[in-house]
Amino acid sequence: MNIFVLLKQVPDTETKIRLKGDNSGIESGDIKWIVSPYDEFAIEEGLKTKEANGGTVTVLTAGPDRCVEALRTALAMGADNAMHVKTDGDNLDTFQVAKALAAVLKQNTPDLVFAGKQAIDDDQAAVFGYVAEFLDIPSVSVVIKVEMANDKKSLRAHREVDGGAKHIIESTLPCLVAVNKGINSPRYASLPGIMKAKKKEIKTFTLADLGVAGETARVSESAYAMPPERSAGKKIEGDAAAQAKELVRLLREEAKVI
Amino acid sequence: MAGFRLSDEQLALKEMARKFIEKEVIPVAGKYDSSAEFPKDVIQKAWENGLMNITVPEKFGGLGLGVFDDVLLNEELGAGCLGIGTSIAVNTLALTPILLFGNDEQIQRLVGPFMEAPKLASFCLTEPGAGSDAGSLSTTAKEDGDSYILNGSKMWITNAGFADLYTVFCTVDKSLKSKGMACLVVPRDTPGISVGKPEDKMGQKASDTRAISFENVRVPKANLLGKIGDGFKIALTTLDRTRPAIASSAVGAARAALNYSIGYSKERKQFNRPISDFQAIQFMLADMATKVEAARLLCYQAGFEIDQGNLRMGSYYSAHAKRFAADMAMEVATDAVQIYGGYGYTKEYPVEKIMRDVKLVQIYEGTSQIQRVVIARHLLED
Repeated sequence: MNIFVLLKQVPDTETKIRLKGDNSGIESGDIKWIVSPYDEFAIEEGLKTKEANGGTVTVLTAGPDRCVEALRTALAMGADNAMHVKTDGDNLDTFQVAKALAAVLKQNTPDLVFAGKQAIDDDQAAVFGYVAEFLDIPSVSVVIKVEMANDKKSLRAHREVDGGAKHIIESTLPCLVAVNKGINSPRYASLPGIMKAKKKEIKTFTLADLGVAGETARVSESAYAMPPERSAGKKIEGDAAAQAKELVRLLREEAKVI
Repeated sequence: MAGFRLSDEQLALKEMARKFIEKEVIPVAGKYDSSAEFPKDVIQKAWENGLMNITVPEKFGGLGLGVFDDVLLNEELGAGCLGIGTSIAVNTLALTPILLFGNDEQIQRLVGPFMEAPKLASFCLTEPGAGSDAGSLSTTAKEDGDSYILNGSKMWITNAGFADLYTVFCTVDKSLKSKGMACLVVPRDTPGISVGKPEDKMGQKASDTRAISFENVRVPKANLLGKIGDGFKIALTTLDRTRPAIASSAVGAARAALNYSIGYSKERKQFNRPISDFQAIQFMLADMATKVEAARLLCYQAGFEIDQGNLRMGSYYSAHAKRFAADMAMEVATDAVQIYGGYGYTKEYPVEKIMRDVKLVQIYEGTSQIQRVVIARHLLED
């Protein structure tokens, strides 16, 4: 089974985000980059699917040079191959990224593609849907369990829906499965895995190699802004009667909620 | 200009080890500290993830990593729990004599099984009457046909109760002093070995420390490392190589104590402000951090020199690293307890455990005093 996993490198969840001086983006200098946590679930699901059904797991990302670290992490976890669409200097929107990833996938005709349900940096949850559309294959998202059919020609994907209900979708392969937290518990990149990963080759592409350099962005970013800082709370002094009176006045006149 | 940057693989190793301690060690460290049980499940997981025996060469199925890599790994283990870290790391100490002085057949036969299963080994040098003065040991090996007959007892042996293999230092003739010393590798199931009760220690409760005695234990000559008379050299060469990692475990413990102190000082309020606002606390934190950084660099330098094959300088820096890191970790842990105040003295908070645990690093694998002897010898030699 030819399994692909899409992954994205994102800032560590503990990163303190700072904006560039002109608000055109975030300052990337001090950021520690990690594999987006939902994509870690996707890697683990890819590896488990391979272990149960045979085949290979290839991880694929689009992004600048630093993304090699994310691919190495996936290789160290046990992925067999890695592919990298290099986008240094390009500022791509989700549509362009999806075009690039889809172009690689078209060349490699996967049986099954896993992705995280969204990246944890911009939370757009857009790329996997575009990719499935460009490949003209079914996709199912927010998946917490995958059951492969015995003939390996279809699968059942369990989705979590509101109120704890379960939504089960059956799909033929090839298809794309975007996974949610809870589907599995990702393994570590073991130490032997890390050492083996450094010897594995990472195949690289440019947008031009893939014939997608001419795609134009559908979205443009106008500016970034930090959330407003929370102002300090107000402490009402005095005896109980005075406090109650002042509280009502503030709720009515300042907060305008009563 | 030479750089201080770690390679990508080294960064990945550190990151992996950090994740491992966050998930597998820190959550259970308190439990093992109070129960003093042996952390078998953590050792199993460490082995599965390749964190044990990392210096075994690739030729024998290992990762072939160096002392510097071992330094990186042990800082993380020490930051997680020194007791559990010691249980995991002591294999490297016990197997290094075989890796350095054994022939290929011996390495394959004796170390090979450690690649197949989470087995443990113990380094048996110290005796009730021979600690820092290792050359005065009195466990004897008497030649008998194609074997040696081993008699004597060893003290403070780490993992002794759970080890499958003992690397035992002994003498064929005590009057020859260090020139009569030998190193024999003894499988646990050999008749005549008895292991004592676990010692009730101040700290590092998760590590298993016991006395062990050998009574007419028959060891085949095939298990002699090098030749008779090599024992003292084997012991010292091994300790020179393993000290940087032990030192680094103290760096990890001190780093943890510092990080806990930083967190606590920002939360704890006195005189209407966090105590981190006070210079008295700030200066303590700053001094703690300087000590951690300086000790880490000594460990790196010692590991680097040994990996480069500069064994003399390696020995010199190993002694500096071990002495300085152990002593500084004791100071840093003591200051951490001070910053926490009364809370720090209780088991509700993590710093008193670190203080009890790091005390042992000033003692085991060569006391801080014997490290100074080594350093002074280097300084004064002609």
